[in-house]
Amino acid sequence: MNLRRDVFQALADPTRRTILLLLTTQAMTAGAIASNFETARPTVSKHLHILTECELLQAEQNGREILYHLNLDKMKEIADYLEPFRRMWDERFNKLENIMQHYHHKPKP
Amino acid sequence: MTDQKTIVTAPEHRQEIVITRTFDLPVDLLFMAYEDAEIVAQWMNTKVLKLESKQHGSYRFETPDPMGNVHGFNGTIHSFEKNASIVRTFEMENGEFPVQLEYLTFEKLGDDKSKLTMHIVFQSIEARDRLLKLPFAMGINMAHNRIQEIQSTSKQ
Repeated sequence: MNLRRDVFQALADPTRRTILLLLTTQAMTAGAIASNFETARPTVSKHLHILTECELLQAEQNGREILYHLNLDKMKEIADYLEPFRRMWDERFNKLENIMQHYHHKPKP
Repeated sequence: MTDQKTIVTAPEHRQEIVITRTFDLPVDLLFMAYEDAEIVAQWMNTKVLKLESKQHGSYRFETPDPMGNVHGFNGTIHSFEKNASIVRTFEMENGEFPVQLEYLTFEKLGDDKSKLTMHIVFQSIEARDRLLKLPFAMGINMAHNRIQEIQSTSKQ
């Protein structure tokens, strides 16, 4: 339960969300990730630590380097929580939009 | 991070949800979809027993589910500003959820573009989380029922 809360806290921070976004296309080293931010490198390290601790990221030793990549299973678990609710409203609103677009095109009496 | 048209935000330690949606519609048509009983019935897939679109008005809907059970919903309209906003309460008549307060804001983004913001305030975080999980839980239930159906037909 605590872990779940940590995940949402981790996601609440814009820098950490940007890090996750950077890692959607490729695994990166801490240095490469830090080069995308103005903030000091230790700050980025702290964010990486938090993201790794709540299992959103996985650190992998690759020769002398440590590569960070997304833990897709964990990302999916979080998305699943709100997704059915969002989809229900999205479908309703799509229907609303469709009905009103046709209403718009009906000739006025 | 997303180009989805419908966005749901549920801050972790607050008893509220914000749903936003952009529409390829002029704002007056978007608003009409909330004001006109006949149109509400169409997109909400419900029977509209009563809809008084005015300050201190009220509404009542009855919605059948796929199993044939009928669910009642009702609420009171606290304020009603054409093409701008509606403040109303919403209650499910099965008694499983406390009444919620809804702030609907309608915004013009362009001649054929508008935005709806639905800010829902709940009695407690617990009530909010239960409501958020409802479609997820229904999905699981439906999958479960389907498995049971398949199992019972394969036994025959």
